[in-house]
Amino acid sequence: MPNVRKAAVIGGNRIPFARANGAYATASNLDMLTATLDGLAARFGLAGATLGEVVGGAVLKHSRDRDLTREAVLGSTLSPRTPAYDLQQACGTGLQTAVAVANKIALGQIESGIAAGVDTASDAPVALNDGLRRVLMELNGAKTPLARLKALRGLRPGQIVPEIPRNAEPRTGLSMGEHAAITAQEWQVGREEQDELAAASHRNLAAAYDRGFFDDLVTPYLGLTRDANLRPDSSAEKLAKLKPVFGKDLEHPTMTAGNSTPLTDGASAVLLGSDEWAAQNRLPVLAHVVDAQTAAVDHVHGRDGLLTAPVYAVPVLLERNGLTLQDFDFYEIHEAFASTVLATLKAWEDPAFTKERLGLDAPLGAIDRSRLNVVGSSLATGHPFAATGGRIVATLAKLLHENKGGRGLISICAAGGQGVTMILEAAA
Amino acid sequence: MTTDRLAGFSHTPIARLVGVPAIPVLRRHTPGAPLLDGPALVGAVGAGTFAKQARALLGEAGIVEAGNDGKVAAVVLDAAGASTVDDLSTVQAFLTPAVRRLAPSGRLVVIGPLVGGDPEAAAVAQALEGIVRSAGKEVRAGATANLLVVEPDANIESALGFFLSGRSAYVSGQVVRVGASVSGAPPADPERPLTGRLAVVTGAARGIGAAIAATLARDGAGIVAVDVPAAGAALSEVANRAGGTALQLDITAPDAAERLLAHVRERHGRLDVMVHNAGITRDKLLANMDADRWNAVLAVNLRAQLAINEALLGSDVLGETGRIVCVASTSGIAGNRGQTNYAASKAGVIGMVRATAPRIADRGATINAVAPGFIETEMTAKMPLGTREAGRRINSLRQGGLPVDVAETVGWLGSSASGGVTGQVVRVCGQSLLGA
Repeated sequence: MPNVRKAAVIGGNRIPFARANGAYATASNLDMLTATLDGLAARFGLAGATLGEVVGGAVLKHSRDRDLTREAVLGSTLSPRTPAYDLQQACGTGLQTAVAVANKIALGQIESGIAAGVDTASDAPVALNDGLRRVLMELNGAKTPLARLKALRGLRPGQIVPEIPRNAEPRTGLSMGEHAAITAQEWQVGREEQDELAAASHRNLAAAYDRGFFDDLVTPYLGLTRDANLRPDSSAEKLAKLKPVFGKDLEHPTMTAGNSTPLTDGASAVLLGSDEWAAQNRLPVLAHVVDAQTAAVDHVHGRDGLLTAPVYAVPVLLERNGLTLQDFDFYEIHEAFASTVLATLKAWEDPAFTKERLGLDAPLGAIDRSRLNVVGSSLATGHPFAATGGRIVATLAKLLHENKGGRGLISICAAGGQGVTMILEAAA
Repeated sequence: MTTDRLAGFSHTPIARLVGVPAIPVLRRHTPGAPLLDGPALVGAVGAGTFAKQARALLGEAGIVEAGNDGKVAAVVLDAAGASTVDDLSTVQAFLTPAVRRLAPSGRLVVIGPLVGGDPEAAAVAQALEGIVRSAGKEVRAGATANLLVVEPDANIESALGFFLSGRSAYVSGQVVRVGASVSGAPPADPERPLTGRLAVVTGAARGIGAAIAATLARDGAGIVAVDVPAAGAALSEVANRAGGTALQLDITAPDAAERLLAHVRERHGRLDVMVHNAGITRDKLLANMDADRWNAVLAVNLRAQLAINEALLGSDVLGETGRIVCVASTSGIAGNRGQTNYAASKAGVIGMVRATAPRIADRGATINAVAPGFIETEMTAKMPLGTREAGRRINSLRQGGLPVDVAETVGWLGSSASGGVTGQVVRVCGQSLLGA
């Protein structure tokens, strides 16, 4: 067994995120992922380079997107000799690809790799009606004219209605927003604090763009130079005027289109490598991957909310690394919904919850909120599911590098009751 | 880019029949192409020191010297020793039969002395400019005429090689001073003369800048392609094609020079060729000019170049054979209606180049300006038809230049072998009537 080493985060690239049916309405996952890999290659001089591996994924995939990442590599400027595979874990996909690449680097199995993610809600995989699909499959398998006729008897007018992917949990039938609304009520997350968090996200993202923070993290695409969802003039007061869209049957609905992420199109990629590979190629090391933890909850039968798995993952991560929740300079908690972030923080501060559900003697405690999502997060950028992880890893690595030291925590909730978390530390 | 339809039409039988003059197809450099397509005629007035250098260069390139008749691909006259009006008669006696033999896309290169000394010698030296500039307007079928004004200890190899080759297709009527080299040596691989050199190109996302990045990469240079973040999509394509890196940077930002040098230091450790190509136009008649238009143009086209040069020359990043190449414009020389701001910036660049050259010679660095004339780009494609046609035709080659023509000139000046050329302004304009 080789010695384990910490994988280096060298840099990242993403295309500006677009609201669904906007600037990228006609772009496919393959188009966006390929462009993002090419932008990363341009930033780090990787044209023609053979890397150890590219791991990517998408949540909404067409059946034609088999081995999407490999196809993107073949369409990119990277050497075709760079292997690639797909991975999928709902909104955790992007961060999980980084875990996969970092672990192989840590074990010495590869020297370099790219973790990537892409999603489009505009070019979503609308499929054949399942009844029609069965008829066609039977027809395809029929060997005699009679059998074919028999198969065709299964045709019904209603089969013209296609299968449209739903933003709903298969086992509960509730949308992510409805699930989040339940959790928000459970933790009594107020409307005001949600709107404040959303406004801060927009404010921070706009300021970061203005100071050139994203100059080496984002490459324009199809005419878009900044995230289309960004509202620099957003304020808690303006957001307060929006009507609730989720949990409307609840007593005090609080979740609006303003404090929830919209459907978004986009892609991101992160370049990882060993310190030696980075040095050989004269590439910067912004940060190192310290550790990662994935968790899952039983949101179907249990008491836990759909998007609360990171609440469980982080204590494990802290324990294993001998850290407290306060030992971080930056916190990147994915803003699927403002209420998700706030409920997560409340859970860590709650003595009863931490004792009973997390099995801890004391709560993790509060964090310094001025260190949370300091250059904006998903509420402002938008959230192309699998692309969010890569956006956050590259962003946090750059923040740590700018800070010339320190440690950062990433927490991403995912559908299916899962969550992926990671610790990065600044490179010495 | 719009296509030059007249150029295509001019080669059809109908065009010939009605007497439309053929617009020449220029001989441009392609990798592996010989220096010249045929033999060269070399002559000298006086000692012929430079004729010797010319013969050595031609010999090395495998170009034979022409006999007494037949077409010649180039005429090289070493008139560095000319000092009397009688010598000019010798020049005429040599050139008259020589230019008659010049093949299509031929090259006439005259080597003359510095203007100085006694009045007659000065007159003769200056007279050579008149001869070459007039000859440039007379030679046909894509041929060019240029003058190298040499110091006695000049090494003309790099300059002469450029003006003979297809790299100088759209450069005619130019006078370039060549002195002793401040640094550098001939390239190990003449086919890829920029091998091992690192070039930074600003404004590289499209047009002339993109061509510079591609051409320098073709010749072996590593490329850092710089442009504003908003142009990043096109920039990354340019960088990937050049096998280089893209740096999204607004060069007018207060910390731009610092960020540029930090990037170069970290990724490459050294910078050999700095190409200041980024430029914008905000045209308005002087009477209607506003401060925003004025300042924006000056900030990108001039102030950024000054700031980056200052930081670069104050750092340890510039290599031992550093070359700075600034893209100016014939508008900066001739002026242009509606372009007081642009012409100010481009003329300013020329002033900066001339003032900087002597200050950096002792560290082996050169600085030169390339002034494009009418170059076929997206920018010229947007011109009104009449203006565009006029721009294309009022030059000796009767056509617009291509971005690659500017790029080739930049590549020549960026070579380590070009240490004898500094403080010069080379127009890439097909000998346009503007700014002549």
